[in-house]
Amino acid sequence: MRKYRRILAAALACAVAVGLCVCLVGCRKQSGQVTVRYLNFKPEIADKYKELANLYEKETGVKVIVETAANNTYEQTLTAKMATDEAPTLFQINGPRGYANWKDYCADLKNTQLYQHLTDKALAVTDGDKVVGIPYVVEGYGILYNKAITDKYFALDQRATDFTSMDEINTFAKLKAVVEDMQKNAAALGIQGVFASTSLKAGEDWRWQTHLANLPVYYEFSENKIDLTSDATKEIVFQYADRFRQVFDLYTDNSVTDKKLLGSKTVVDSMAEFALEKCAMVQNGNWAWSQIRDISGNKVKAENIKFLPIYIGVEGEESQGLAVGTENFYAINAMATEEEQQAAADFIYWLYSSDEGKRYVTEEFGFIAPFDTFTKEQRPDDPLAHEVLNWMEKEGVSSVPWNFTLFPSAVFKEDFGASLLKYVQGTKNWENVVQDTITSWKKESQAAVQ
Amino acid sequence: MRNDIRRYFTVFALPTLAAFCMAFVVPFGLGVWLSFTRFTTVTNARFVGLDNYVRIFTTDSDFLHALGFTALFAVVSIVMVNVFAFALALLLTRGLRGTNLFRSVFFMPNLIGGIVLGYIWSLLINGVLAFWGVDITYSATYGFWGLILLNNWQLIGYMMVIYIAGLQNIPGELIEAAAIDGASSFKALWRVKIPLVMPSLTICTFLTLTNSFKMFDQNLALTAGAPERSTQMLALNIYQTFYGRSGWQGVGQAKAVLFFLLVALLAFVQLRLTRSREVDA
Repeated sequence: MRKYRRILAAALACAVAVGLCVCLVGCRKQSGQVTVRYLNFKPEIADKYKELANLYEKETGVKVIVETAANNTYEQTLTAKMATDEAPTLFQINGPRGYANWKDYCADLKNTQLYQHLTDKALAVTDGDKVVGIPYVVEGYGILYNKAITDKYFALDQRATDFTSMDEINTFAKLKAVVEDMQKNAAALGIQGVFASTSLKAGEDWRWQTHLANLPVYYEFSENKIDLTSDATKEIVFQYADRFRQVFDLYTDNSVTDKKLLGSKTVVDSMAEFALEKCAMVQNGNWAWSQIRDISGNKVKAENIKFLPIYIGVEGEESQGLAVGTENFYAINAMATEEEQQAAADFIYWLYSSDEGKRYVTEEFGFIAPFDTFTKEQRPDDPLAHEVLNWMEKEGVSSVPWNFTLFPSAVFKEDFGASLLKYVQGTKNWENVVQDTITSWKKESQAAVQ
Repeated sequence: MRNDIRRYFTVFALPTLAAFCMAFVVPFGLGVWLSFTRFTTVTNARFVGLDNYVRIFTTDSDFLHALGFTALFAVVSIVMVNVFAFALALLLTRGLRGTNLFRSVFFMPNLIGGIVLGYIWSLLINGVLAFWGVDITYSATYGFWGLILLNNWQLIGYMMVIYIAGLQNIPGELIEAAAIDGASSFKALWRVKIPLVMPSLTICTFLTLTNSFKMFDQNLALTAGAPERSTQMLALNIYQTFYGRSGWQGVGQAKAVLFFLLVALLAFVQLRLTRSREVDA
């Protein structure tokens, strides 16, 4: 009896141990087939990507697993996934600063087919003569305005300006004149303010600390002929700070919301105000279209949403266009096997070159694709993407590049946003905002660990 | 028979030990190791010695500020939560009508998740502050008291339940004897009830201390550190360090290790202190 029990116990122990081992290592999948694992950045099109993956598998037999990071958690999700056996083979970086973090994981894409078709090679993220990120969508931002409301203003008898259409607005001074007069006539126009709330809640302030800030930084870098790949970008003097301030003041002085309440406003709040015609203008990019469209009870008509460049009041800004660029670059995991890397490269090439793939890109994703595989007709048909393309092709107008990919760190952006909040609340004066921004830029540039 | 059990100890303890190792010991050890490295993911760590620990204190003073803010928050929380919870427990052990209903009502906030609570309270507080034309991000003082309010609202019910259990365990004859001896109800409270609920006080201060120090989601949802990180608590500071700068994951990890040591030390000292005051009935 005793012996029997002992054997039983030993058997039990073995079973538990084996079971654990199976759990620990055995869960690793032993599939001989190569798959593409893609970590998608855009939750709004997650379902479309899944459809596409099925389609691709049917056509080529290669399995594509698409996972999507929730809003604003891409870095976190990527960090977690990269450490697993099922690490993504295809992922994305957000520019040179993002690349610094994922250096070890980015394969050289110079010889991929997709890169050969990139229209503007300068858009890619490079490291020496390696190409480490291929942009897959071009986006543009500026000031969105509701033409129905501006037209109503231009038809008002009591208006104080001589302009007859928004097409005449091509400098900051003109914009300011129109905006301030519109604000005076807000009641007649049926709006609560000209601009939507300047959302300054922490995490919701990227339209100002990143997008708006891009303009003065761009003008500073281009005027001083700064080499953007050099260490000269590690310091700024913020010489156009007052121009930034006058635009920012224009937004907050003529707003739907009182200045001191902006600290709890979100981007969604602002877009809702625009969609419900509580305001006439809002600063945002073409990605905002789905947000405007999906707000229930929205009143603004698609054909009435137009773009205006963000004029900040510098010399010769009549020829300035929208801020056009990208923060979305494909990267292929250098730690994956040769076959997996090739499979990922094949997948993105198929997506941007086959008829079915291109249909998804333009119609379902609504991407403006920067590749020469697309003809003039193959373009997204949402109103904002159209507007971006119109501005890009306008004679005598040149777009502003996205230099904010050079902003030193997330901490810099957060600190700048927090400074702006205190400035509108009246607890920090502008000189300190400027000074802190310059100091923070320098400090954050040095703080990054290589 | 006893011998048998002892012999099979390993067999029966193995699953639990294995689970404990996998879910606690290994990740903890890995976490400490990572605090001495530079890493992007846990698999490509490179040893850098004490570099991360040095960076905590040399680059900016955010961490120390967060530490001070959290400490102040914890002290105020411990006092307020325990005073209110004990007062409620006293009230609700007197056999008032609807006692059970009140107990459930006070306990309920504890069942709501922190993020949701944070958003609800930010709506409420902003709604009230709107009368003065400001919101909670206007000043660190508003943020501080907002957090205190929220923390109290969430913890009082839970601590109250523990105090009620403690009070109900006091033998009735002790109170009666005190009354016969001519003790006023205040004296009975001070000299009889409070010494006898010291075990509850130990556990309640422990829970409030650790909860207040580790508070994260409520902080994130209510103020997110505004204005200018001045209401940022330790856990949020660590989280933001992790993703705030490229290559700073190791520094975040180092902060987390320091944070662990601090909370463990405080909890240990607190337990020692309150334990020594416990008496037997």
